[in-house]
Amino acid sequence: MKFQKATEFALYAVLELAADPARQLTAVEIADKYGISAHHLAKVLRDLGRAGLVDAVRGVGGGYRFAGNAKRLTLMDVIRLFEDVGTDSSDTAPRTTGEDIAEGLRFVVAELDAQTSATLRSISLSTMLKLVARHPWATEARPARRAARRAR
Amino acid sequence: MAKPQRSDPAEAIDIRPATVADLAGVIALDEEVTGLVKPEYWHDMFARYGARGTGSGCFLVAGNPARIDGFIVGEVRAWEFGSPPSGWVFAVQVRARLRVLGLGSRLFEAVCARFRAAGIDRVRTMVARDNTVIHSFFRSQGMTAGPFIELEMRLE
Repeated sequence: MKFQKATEFALYAVLELAADPARQLTAVEIADKYGISAHHLAKVLRDLGRAGLVDAVRGVGGGYRFAGNAKRLTLMDVIRLFEDVGTDSSDTAPRTTGEDIAEGLRFVVAELDAQTSATLRSISLSTMLKLVARHPWATEARPARRAARRAR
Repeated sequence: MAKPQRSDPAEAIDIRPATVADLAGVIALDEEVTGLVKPEYWHDMFARYGARGTGSGCFLVAGNPARIDGFIVGEVRAWEFGSPPSGWVFAVQVRARLRVLGLGSRLFEAVCARFRAAGIDRVRTMVARDNTVIHSFFRSQGMTAGPFIELEMRLE
């Protein structure tokens, strides 16, 4: 799954702010940390503010602060603010002579979408921050990398 | 100034191996959570994984026979699907009003401690895709997708 830039930036920002809800950060501070456009991130933060996930603190020393419940908010809650999720195109697709193959492919893609959606709905921001702290990819990826090397 | 003492009701609940006297409470809690009454299933689970079970499984409860607030059932399985020995968690339930207070985490940690003591370094489970509550619980414990994919087919 490839997210739009706005979605990716929103996840960076929300997770960065949720890691320390008492801390205020500006769009520039977050953008610098992740090497992303501060201008684009500022727009994303305004959207997150309208959704109630962050609070904007105005004035000198202002910035943004996390305003949600990290144990309740999931990755999907953030993603669906920026992506068109949960729409099923299979019912609206035109019928063609290749209908069976087209439906079969939609069936497989729907299987992938269901798996992706369940995963994103099951991971709260709090769980995601714990996962980041544990770095499971450092140990879990090794066998996969070894297998990939062996397969070459 | 001294910090106020936490008084989470879940903290004081005892976790221990299930006894036959706990089964009625387990069945009642399962019914409360799932809406399904399945006494035969729980008696069979107890026979296999309870105090007098085979030894590779464990059936733990939280609470006392008069009121079971949670339970967890697991077993060490070896070489199924080619997998080296690993711990499997089949069932975990916590009374709704005691959720997000750490009781489920304590049950999970207790079963993992038994797996570790048996020399096991990996724990697995399977969740219904639409059961976000239980899926989120296992994720919050640190579980991530494993190397297997579950497949099924309708038998005509």
